[in-house]
Amino acid sequence: MIKVEWFYWLVGAFFAVIAVLRLLDRGATKRVGSAVFWGILAFTFVYGSLVVAKTAPAWVEGIAVLVLAALAAVGFPGRGSEETTSGPERRLLAERYGNKLFIPALLIPLVAVFFGAVLAKVNVGTQPLLQTGSATIIGLGVAAVIAFVVSLVLLRVPSPMIPFREGDRLLGHIGWAAILPQFLATLGLLFTASGVGTAVQRITNAVLPKGVLLLAVVVYCLGMALFTIIMGNAFAAFPIMTAAIGWPVLVQGFDGNPAAIFAIGMLAGFCGTLVTPMAANFNLVPAALLEMRDKYGPIKAQIPTAAILLVVNMGVMYLVAF
Amino acid sequence: MWVLLAVAIVVVGFALRLNAMLVVTVSGIAAGLIAGLTPLAILNAFGNGFAGSRSVTVFIVVLPVIGLIERYGLQDQARRLIGKLRGLTVGRLLATYLFIRQATAALGLTAIGGPAQAVRPVVAPMAEAAAERAHGGLGEKVREKVRSYAASADTVGLFFGEDIFVAVGSILLITGFVDATYGLKLDALQIALWAIPTAICALVIHGFRMLRLDRTLANLPAAELEAPVR
Repeated sequence: MIKVEWFYWLVGAFFAVIAVLRLLDRGATKRVGSAVFWGILAFTFVYGSLVVAKTAPAWVEGIAVLVLAALAAVGFPGRGSEETTSGPERRLLAERYGNKLFIPALLIPLVAVFFGAVLAKVNVGTQPLLQTGSATIIGLGVAAVIAFVVSLVLLRVPSPMIPFREGDRLLGHIGWAAILPQFLATLGLLFTASGVGTAVQRITNAVLPKGVLLLAVVVYCLGMALFTIIMGNAFAAFPIMTAAIGWPVLVQGFDGNPAAIFAIGMLAGFCGTLVTPMAANFNLVPAALLEMRDKYGPIKAQIPTAAILLVVNMGVMYLVAF
Repeated sequence: MWVLLAVAIVVVGFALRLNAMLVVTVSGIAAGLIAGLTPLAILNAFGNGFAGSRSVTVFIVVLPVIGLIERYGLQDQARRLIGKLRGLTVGRLLATYLFIRQATAALGLTAIGGPAQAVRPVVAPMAEAAAERAHGGLGEKVREKVRSYAASADTVGLFFGEDIFVAVGSILLITGFVDATYGLKLDALQIALWAIPTAICALVIHGFRMLRLDRTLANLPAAELEAPVR
């Protein structure tokens, strides 16, 4: 069976290579601190396997995570020296290689989809070939390796270190934002463990008007969106808002259709995901990847759509679920 | 109720644009301390949370390939390609991408697209080139707007497409939670069907806004079109 942990080690190995590259990069500012940052991150990806398997104490990973946060707070990691081709060189190369350049870029989704849609259903003996629930992640990892090899051959790249230096260049633009989504997932866990959910539930119950269907629908959808904005994840908001309003008021009180209420309620939460910096992987990481100065640019582009869709969700639920 | 202070830390921290990693860490520690967790329990929570969410960072492994083909001129090739497709304005291009992203996600093919694999190397350069062809040299502010719209087409398409696919995380969470908590036997297919009206509205609303980008850019005065980011 192909295990997803192997691919976390692959990610860890990539971070380790970046750490070494940075240490050897005499042109880089913040050379040592950046190398330490990527090195610790590589450690967390490998040690994390033991934490998940519960064979090693989680607090060691916790300390490493806090050190990463401290390094990020004082401005690490910095960028490397970014040796790449110039604009005119790229135009010439583009003319030379033409549409061949798209082959590696298209291979990634094709291979990933093949794993996620086809190999995910394959069994070897009694066991699934790919670890259950991780087919997409495994597919992405395999796709990256295949596309890596294909592009080396296709473009006759003189040294296999060149793609790593290019990867370092892109990672330099993302910086610590690369692991912000993981920090936010951690924060979600801490919020839940600390009872943020129950506190919000108490407030919702206090403000909820009794006996008016439209208002109950509005509060459920709005609550899903607002709570998602706070937690950064509609999955965290769903159990709380559903326990507070969705089930007792909308399904039991007003005799609504549970499938419609819960499906549309979740989508109301997605409207919150579109506008919150807490959902860093969807909103902040793209801004960093696209080298934007305004890191809230994607959120600003999504606010009007999210606001209209939230109202649409309320309307659809009110019309079809009762 | 005091634990909501931790939420306030996040809201204020993000609003003041402080270092997000610092804000999140401080808020997490505050939430744990207010709830009476021991320092060891808080460290364990950080460790378990980080180790358990490594999957969201796996997209990083495509960066060497993307960087390499960028080095060999991928973004220029994307621009050259758009130069041959005269009728494809920036609005039509992004509306088309939104549709493809949403339709493939609805079939469960969420690995098609994504900011690292598709938006940065292909969609955003094409969108910028299409905008430049129609409106001349773009200032940084307009360039960022075009990039933001490209990123938004990817995200909106994914969110409101994947929920139509039966075996996606959010649907499994819904059925798993309500079946376990309230003793229902909800059919995942029913949940997926009820996501369709919103999905169609999302395509219409966001697609319309993508198409509108053409007119918005055409109506911008030259000074704004070339303005830098504040």
